Amino acid sequence: MKKSKVFWSYLALALVIYAVVQFLISGNMVSYASQNMLITMCINIMLAVSLHVVIGITGQFSIGHAGFLAVGAYISAICTMKLGMPFVTAILIGAVVAALAGLLVGIPSLRLKGDYLAIATLGFAEIIRIVFLNIDYVGGAAGMQVTHQSTWTYAFFGVFITILVISNFTKSRHGRACIAVREDEIAADAMGINTTYYKVIAFAIGSFFAGVAGAIYAHNFYIIQPTAFGFLKSFDILIFVVLGGLGSLSGSVIAAIFLTAISTYLQGFPETRMIIYSLVLILVMLYRPKGLMGTKEITDLFKFGKKGGTRI
Amino acid sequence: MSALLKVENLGIQFGGLKAVQNVNLQMNQGELIGLIGPNGAGKTTTFNMLTGVYAPTEGKVLFDGKSIGGLDPYKVTRQGISRTFQNIRLFKELSVLDNVKVANHGLAKHNVLSSIFRLPSHFSGEVKMEEESLAFLKIFGLEGFRDELAKNLPYGMQRRLEIARALAAGPKLLLLDEPAAGMNPQETHDLMELISFVRKEFNLTILLIEHDMNLVMGICERIYVLDHGQLIADGTPAEIRSNPKVIEAYLGEEVTE
Repeated sequence: MKKSKVFWSYLALALVIYAVVQFLISGNMVSYASQNMLITMCINIMLAVSLHVVIGITGQFSIGHAGFLAVGAYISAICTMKLGMPFVTAILIGAVVAALAGLLVGIPSLRLKGDYLAIATLGFAEIIRIVFLNIDYVGGAAGMQVTHQSTWTYAFFGVFITILVISNFTKSRHGRACIAVREDEIAADAMGINTTYYKVIAFAIGSFFAGVAGAIYAHNFYIIQPTAFGFLKSFDILIFVVLGGLGSLSGSVIAAIFLTAISTYLQGFPETRMIIYSLVLILVMLYRPKGLMGTKEITDLFKFGKKGGTRI
Repeated sequence: MSALLKVENLGIQFGGLKAVQNVNLQMNQGELIGLIGPNGAGKTTTFNMLTGVYAPTEGKVLFDGKSIGGLDPYKVTRQGISRTFQNIRLFKELSVLDNVKVANHGLAKHNVLSSIFRLPSHFSGEVKMEEESLAFLKIFGLEGFRDELAKNLPYGMQRRLEIARALAAGPKLLLLDEPAAGMNPQETHDLMELISFVRKEFNLTILLIEHDMNLVMGICERIYVLDHGQLIADGTPAEIRSNPKVIEAYLGEEVTE
């Protein structure tokens, strides 16, 4: 089968990338700062791709993604630090609780559309942050100490599974149903698609992987504080998705890599950092108003003479 | 013959405005019926009530013996009523084939988890969807455009794709909202033949809103006429043509001196 051949070649490519980087890291050829940037990149890719399924695929304009990142971070940190669980279990529990939070937020708020949904999700994210801020068990405003356990291996396979699951979801009747909701909700409904169900499913999947990202994030920086999960963080994630091109998975991955690299590089110039970062955003939006990739995927560029259409 | 669709005293009120009231319709299995009336008579509103877009404020809709008034649109579609839209509502950024596949969605069984983990049921389900959807594209002469984005199709083809998409949902009753709007006489003629063909092929019952009288009078067996939200006449095309109330609704009252 041709399709499975494509899949295996992608898998091989991914494993080669993983192995090369892992080899360089174990050979002490990668500086600590670069390692840290790679892990941050992976976290941002996971966040971008998980928001892509909500905004890019299903067309639900949610700007409270940092709230689910916070749930994943705090719940996994509680699991490892307070309950002494292994890191993998903590990631899973953090992700599942984030997905449940997604359901809890999504079921009432996904009745809203457009601007109203954006405001509601922003509000929910702030509620989640304030809740953690006021629980002394997790350290309140001072934050919570977390041991460093995130490695390149966790970060890489986190990204790999996120992309695999979301691309599998998108390239199925369920993903098509979500795109139909994005394109025309009334027509989708009239064609027999339970629009509420698919909005909530997309939201839950997005929250789940935001939770995974949160768990890896929490175990990367020694400390987590509620201030890190404010609405500015939500906007950062939103920027990845919009800059990459709404509806393009590879676009959001590229944007996340690109912006993380720029942001890390500019840390050497603290005075002008935000000015240059903002200029880059303005320039991209001026010259590529539909984002870096538009709605295309990077794989489309290699398929000459074929366009559009989701394949199995 | 049994009544496939039975509408009793259907009405809807928007605030103080009674947009449609006391509409009674009966459609038997296999009939092709027209719904006509001047602009603003409530034809599309009636369609919207039959398909669940609006919940009727009074009256009953019985389809296949079951009450469907006020059900969500996707549930109505799964009961076997499918529709097209007056102002084309295709999924513009999806390919032609995917547009049809979306409508085929309700007939597929594989669930979200089987797709995420790529279980065998996912592959068999998707292959079946692809085959069925391609069959519809063939009937409508669109198979050559399967990978084209819907928004890039010429207007007449978009209209045809809308009908193909509606059929892919597997309806018993098809509601067509002005399928010939904006078409030239040749295209309208082709459309009439196509409608007659799919009706036989899929054993459909069809309710048709149309302003093109040639089309309505040419293919409908019975016609209902709405004016100001009320039914003013029903009967065969010949009866409708000579009905004074209908003439009055369309042309205005005769002035007597």
